[in-house]
Amino acid sequence: MKQELSYRDSVHKTGRIWMFSALALLLAVPAAICVYYSAWPPVGGVLKGLLSVAPIFWTVGVIEVFTYVPMLGTGGSYLGFVTGNLANLKVPCALNSMDRAGVQPGTEEGEVISTLAIATSSIVTTLIIALGVLLLSQIAPVLESPVLQPAFENILPALFGALGVVFISKDWKIAIAPLLFMITLFLLVPSLGSAVGILVPVGALIAIGVARVLYKKNLL
Amino acid sequence: MEFNPNNTFMYVVVALVIAFVLLQSVVFFIKAWRRGKELGMDMKALKKTVGSSALFTVAPAIAILLGVIALSNALGFPLPWLRLSVIGSLTYEATAAAAAATAVGASLSQRITDPKIFSAIAWVMALGIIPGLLLVPLLGKKIEKGISSIKSKDSKWGQIFLSGLFLGMISAFLGLVFARVQEGLAGWIPVFVMLASAVLMMTCGLIRKAFNAKWIEDYALPISLLGGMALSIPITTLVQSMIG
Repeated sequence: MKQELSYRDSVHKTGRIWMFSALALLLAVPAAICVYYSAWPPVGGVLKGLLSVAPIFWTVGVIEVFTYVPMLGTGGSYLGFVTGNLANLKVPCALNSMDRAGVQPGTEEGEVISTLAIATSSIVTTLIIALGVLLLSQIAPVLESPVLQPAFENILPALFGALGVVFISKDWKIAIAPLLFMITLFLLVPSLGSAVGILVPVGALIAIGVARVLYKKNLL
Repeated sequence: MEFNPNNTFMYVVVALVIAFVLLQSVVFFIKAWRRGKELGMDMKALKKTVGSSALFTVAPAIAILLGVIALSNALGFPLPWLRLSVIGSLTYEATAAAAAATAVGASLSQRITDPKIFSAIAWVMALGIIPGLLLVPLLGKKIEKGISSIKSKDSKWGQIFLSGLFLGMISAFLGLVFARVQEGLAGWIPVFVMLASAVLMMTCGLIRKAFNAKWIEDYALPISLLGGMALSIPITTLVQSMIG
């Protein structure tokens, strides 16, 4: 037990240093552009732009921290939140890897598998994008060809269809209610598509609520 | 000074940040690998995790690359490259860039040539994504403690609680698949693709049982993802020919 704490604590310590450094670097990029070109933008313009994205994306950002940190574990969170693309890549990758390895999130083994999955995924993503930018003139015609467009437009359905089978079949009793709720909601209000990040905790609350009732009645 | 979003200065700045984040991934990888060894975990399982995660990442990473290409018309390559390699996601970056451009009276339909407008967009994209980077170091430990206190009180409920969290996320994204159904048959394409990918996943499960092919289990998600994406091409063609 003591060792587990000390490992987690060391990840927290390293993670905080890396994350605050990454934050500083990310803010240094626009600052560097301003200094180099001596082109400081009008503060009002930046605020106005921020005002149109911050209400939604800051809310989603806060929600993501509370929903994904328990799934990703300590190391996985520090890495996943820096490297991004959580819902469409890192979270499914980590969940699937833990499931395949037969380990639970939140355990020491789950921590190791989740961090390895997210680190591998981050490294591969970075390399593919770097390679893509370098070879762009050769591969852009292929990637942008109309034949391939449906494949890239449908990446989320293809991902969650497969992931759904794995996790719904395990806990179908918990899954039915949030699933029906979400399908009905999107059928009735299609414009909610851009707010899917905000709906994740709604789905989680429904699932956890139903699970609690079933658990209390000994039905799980 | 002449402003060009594709100049060497931009590439150097962006490459530095990307290298930093790549290094972070490597450091965390090594830390987790060593820890796995210490815990006496099966090294084969660790290697499988690496292999299947790498394979699984390829298709989504190419989709992200397409996002870089889409934004590069207006912003050049370096900035979108940075924004999509490090934090952010496709939906976020495109929305943030468009909102920032509108706010300063520009548009992403053409190349941004005014450095002031360009830096305004860069600031909005950077500032709009700060919460995750601030809150994980500030609250991460507390959230973990909350989860482990739920687990220590009742470990079975702790597991069910986490499953509820996953299923909430999966339900929201599966619901999203139905968001275009109102548009008629073409809006069903994502639903058909989702079902195709689900069938592929079940087929992998059946093959594993029938032939005791355990290897297929490790690659079932990348196989179903790529298969679903590939099948979306004939599905789209078929639906479009039916609409006429």
